[in-house]
Amino acid sequence: MRTDLSEPRHEWLDDDAGPVVRPYTLTGGRVRPSADGVDLVAYVLAQPDPDLAAYPELHPEHRLLVELAGSGTPVVELAADLDLAVGVVRVLLGDLLVRGLVAVHQPPRATYLPDNDILKAVVDGLRAL
Amino acid sequence: MDSVRYDGERRGHRVPIALKILVAGGFGAGKTTLVSALSEVRPLQTEEILTGAGIGTDDISGVETKSTTTVAMDFGRITINDDLQLYLFGTPGQDRFWFLWDELAFGALGAVVLADTRRLADCFPSIDYFEQRGIPFVVGVNCFDDARRFSLEAVRRALDLDPDVPMVLCDARDRQSGKTVLISLVEHVARQRGEPVSTA
Repeated sequence: MRTDLSEPRHEWLDDDAGPVVRPYTLTGGRVRPSADGVDLVAYVLAQPDPDLAAYPELHPEHRLLVELAGSGTPVVELAADLDLAVGVVRVLLGDLLVRGLVAVHQPPRATYLPDNDILKAVVDGLRAL
Repeated sequence: MDSVRYDGERRGHRVPIALKILVAGGFGAGKTTLVSALSEVRPLQTEEILTGAGIGTDDISGVETKSTTTVAMDFGRITINDDLQLYLFGTPGQDRFWFLWDELAFGALGAVVLADTRRLADCFPSIDYFEQRGIPFVVGVNCFDDARRFSLEAVRRALDLDPDVPMVLCDARDRQSGKTVLISLVEHVARQRGEPVSTA
């Protein structure tokens, strides 16, 4: 049966777009994370020795996130490690934030960096690579 | 939210500063190649979800009827020191994914626009984007083997660039060459702030 012909074609869907996914199964359908606005390069840092057993409602992906964030990891690397879309990771992070299992450290906005030392360090570091 | 902190320290655990640099340019201009050449790890890929369902809803109703897809973003990392990391993000090449650029560009240190002299016009939208938002950028003219060599001045005129925007000839496959482009960007950012980094 050619059901696809009866459905209106979605404007985003073509060969250049990725595969169609159902990413929100993991998030219970939530698409508006409480961790909205968390930067791609914000560092997520898990609480030391988190008591995950106290939260049986958490998914394995939540637990992996806490594990990966043990030493501090940027959001975008967590998403790549878990092979999850950034939007999904933000929803999961929101769940962990409200339980106090992780802290999120937003990066300073580059425009507000306090002084030139950081830029100088970047140039020196790049030259030394 | 209380648990979202903006400080860099917690219980003695230092959190590095991560700076974002965008790598933009037309399709096939060498964005992914440049990110790969510079990244200390195999370039990573992540996805962002494209969906109209994200606006103003917090439950499952309606989500099941939405078609959802993702767009991939390449990124790479350069560790400067224990406290400082650069993250390079290749921007999605197609114009229709530009709303993702706003997320990438937020708080970014600056951008590299890669120009391919065979298809110079392909980088106009990127240049417009950064000019309009006041995001510092440099233009890297990627020297493809089969491309006619133009002088940087000719390319600058063709791009109608401000005289203070640096232009660098580069080979996106070459790490040293990519480094030169990044250094010129950071020096440009410093000059714009009136605190030039010494070129010693």
